[in-house]
Amino acid sequence: MSRVSTLRVLIPKFALNFARYESTTVQFTSKKVVTCCVNRKFSSTSPKLKKETVTVYFVDFQGNKQTAKAKVGDSLLDVVVENEIDIDGFGACEGTLACSTCHLIFKKKDFDKLPEKPTDEELDMLDLAYGLKETSRLGCQIIVTKDMDGLEVEIPGGVADAREPS
Amino acid sequence: MNLSPQNWLRMQHYPHFLRKVLRQLGNKSQSRSSSTHKDGNPHICIVGSGPAGFYTAQQLLKGHPSLRVDIFERLPVPFGLVRYGVAPDHPEVKNVINTFTQTANNDRCSFLGNVQVGKDITVTELLKIYSAVVLAYGAAADKLLGIPGENLPNILPARTFVGWYNGLPEDKDLKVNLDTETAVIVGHGNVALDVARILLTPVDILAKTDISDYALEALRKSSLKRVVLVGRRGPLQVAFTIKELREMIKLPECRPVFHKEDFKDLEKIFPDLPRPRKRLTELMHKTCFGPTADDVKLWNEAKKEWELKFRLTPMEVLSSAGQLTGLRCAVNKLEGSNFENQKAVSTDEHIDLPCGLIFRSIGYRSLQIDPAIPFDKKQGVIPNEKGRVTGVPGLYCSGWVGRGPVGVILSTMTDGFDVGKVILKDLAEDHIPNLGRPGFQGAMKILEERGVKMVSFSDWKKIDEHEVQMGEKFGKPREKIADVQNMIKILTHEK
Ligand SMILES: Cc1cc2nc3c(=O)[nH]c(=O)nc-3n(C[C@H](O)[C@H](O)[C@H](O)COP(=O)(O)OP(=O)(O)OC[C@H]3O[C@@H](n4cnc5c(N)ncnc54)[C@H](O)[C@@H]3O)c2cc1C
Ligand SMILES: NC(=O)c1ccc[n+]([C@@H]2O[C@H](COP(=O)([O-])OP(=O)(O)OC[C@H]3O[C@@H](n4cnc5c(N)ncnc54)[C@H](OP(=O)(O)O)[C@@H]3O)[C@@H](O)[C@H]2O)c1
Ligand code: FES
Repeated sequence: MSRVSTLRVLIPKFALNFARYESTTVQFTSKKVVTCCVNRKFSSTSPKLKKETVTVYFVDFQGNKQTAKAKVGDSLLDVVVENEIDIDGFGACEGTLACSTCHLIFKKKDFDKLPEKPTDEELDMLDLAYGLKETSRLGCQIIVTKDMDGLEVEIPGGVADAREPS
Repeated sequence: MNLSPQNWLRMQHYPHFLRKVLRQLGNKSQSRSSSTHKDGNPHICIVGSGPAGFYTAQQLLKGHPSLRVDIFERLPVPFGLVRYGVAPDHPEVKNVINTFTQTANNDRCSFLGNVQVGKDITVTELLKIYSAVVLAYGAAADKLLGIPGENLPNILPARTFVGWYNGLPEDKDLKVNLDTETAVIVGHGNVALDVARILLTPVDILAKTDISDYALEALRKSSLKRVVLVGRRGPLQVAFTIKELREMIKLPECRPVFHKEDFKDLEKIFPDLPRPRKRLTELMHKTCFGPTADDVKLWNEAKKEWELKFRLTPMEVLSSAGQLTGLRCAVNKLEGSNFENQKAVSTDEHIDLPCGLIFRSIGYRSLQIDPAIPFDKKQGVIPNEKGRVTGVPGLYCSGWVGRGPVGVILSTMTDGFDVGKVILKDLAEDHIPNLGRPGFQGAMKILEERGVKMVSFSDWKKIDEHEVQMGEKFGKPREKIADVQNMIKILTHEK
């Protein structure tokens, strides 16, 4: 089973400030848009449980490191959005396994430890990702666990990002 | 701190710092009302509101503190192929609309719908009004087969069929006769699979999508039992992708028909293939030689089927008394050692495929919408270097119109971001004028004088709301208004 349906259960807590558009699109994911996080609002009514957090690092192709507080049980897509990690276009399909913009590369030892192996559907989407490696995964499918404290993941340089405009 | 555009761009190299400043400024630092005639800000015009237009706009707004973007769109409604191309049963792909909406909601961004560039306002005029013009108008035509009989009724471009089921105004009246058992689709790309899937998916499933009501009705009455997908090369050269193939293989009430001779021995070269091609070929091979028990059960109960045929090039559309009866194809052999670049060469042999409906799905093609745009008619693209249109300073292109009509939204996004960065760099280095252009005000003046009924983004939100309400009645996410006049009518009623 793909993670999408799991997410539906896991993350009903976030609502959108542009909820009117929801009917246009698929509704069951975190629905947090990455690119313009400044005025994002949550209108959750359910009491917020205090969640355990761990620290995760996102490293871009130039070696710049961004630090994020990751809630256990959230996906790495959620983590990127919540922490306003600056990655252009990340999470375009909002975690519905339809875009591969949430591509992340793990270190071999971390990759091997990930509790869930990628489904066929995740691998299908990964096949379209730029800079695919053996240890690539889709961030929207990776759920943060306690033992991920200190995890470092690489943001692949898109074909284009790797070169500066000239 | 001096926040000149030049400094701003330099700060891009320090993303943490930049984000901090961005947060302080917020998006609301400048508002349209402060945009008086010829202010000191760069004004950028984008032609086309598909992914290329919106992603370029996003990059520009992010990378410059006071730059303004106006997005012109031929239709009253935004989002290009995300609304009018992406299949109705793929709503998750359309989530990108949420990001586009955020871009459009930025105070420094305006949407001007119902403005056809090249007709209502020319590119030459836009180049005078704006600091830079970005052509992101996609590909509104398609490639021809160039064979006898191609103009007969019921041989249709996949493009117009897609427009028809997606409620594109100009395609809503397409004549398509589904009272036939077999359809042939020429081409092995993702558009071909989209068309096949829409033709074969049980109608009750489609009824829950935003497919147009008239298309749904026509599909309800369809007699189609078989869809044959014809490719000119072999299984190693298919252009469709694995997710879409897997979906077809698992399509309810439908069975794939693959021929063993096409796939035998392919397993020998699996180890040499790059991962995406390997997984794709393995899936076809497995479907042919080792399907699961569940698959076999599903296929045995199937009422409809789709077939993959290889190494065939269409030669002639067959007909009798003006009615389409089939497609004659030359049998090809493949030449060349590298499988990716193998060429199809026709032999003397041919076969006839009986059918009552043919779709040509061999690729889209861009048009020259204005004589001021340099255009490579052979390739069907605007000649450019990293998005800078050859020979015209201040003119840029982004997306399908510059790269050719291939690539998923991800590749169009990457291109849009790149072109945005190129423009920001040219601005920083004073290759294009930062100052002294009227931008929005100048365009409004011309368009108002010409009596063009412009549609703003808040107007679109009204149309959107109306469509969603109409959809609710039928248990659909929306019912698209397929008529431009009716869209405008909604807006006049609202006012
Ligand atoms: C049938 C189909 C299905 C697809 N499905 C998927 C999918 O499921 N997933 C995926 O990732 N990719 C999909 N794609 C690919 C994706 O749609 C493209 O990568 C992307 O839309 C290209 O963006 P664009 O902005 O260059 O062009 P477009 O999306 O075509 O946008 C161009 C815009 O310019 C406007 N325009 C044209 N002429 C003028 C004019 N004279 N003045 C003003 N405006 C004008 C058009 O109306 C349009 O809104 C699909 C493509 C097709 C054809
Ligand atoms: N679900 C999705 O993600 C989705 C859906 C739809 C579209 N898209 C994307 O949109 C883009 C456009 O799709 P598309 O299907 O229009 O184009 P495409 O992927 O380029 O496929 C075109 C097909 O037509 C064939 N063809 C081209 N010229 C021909 C000719 N003269 N005679 C016979 N066959 C010919 C090609 O074969 P050759 O290889 O031999 O040239 C190829 O099989 C693609 O990048 C696609 O992935 C994505
Ligand atoms: S966000 Fe689109 S696949 Fe992960």
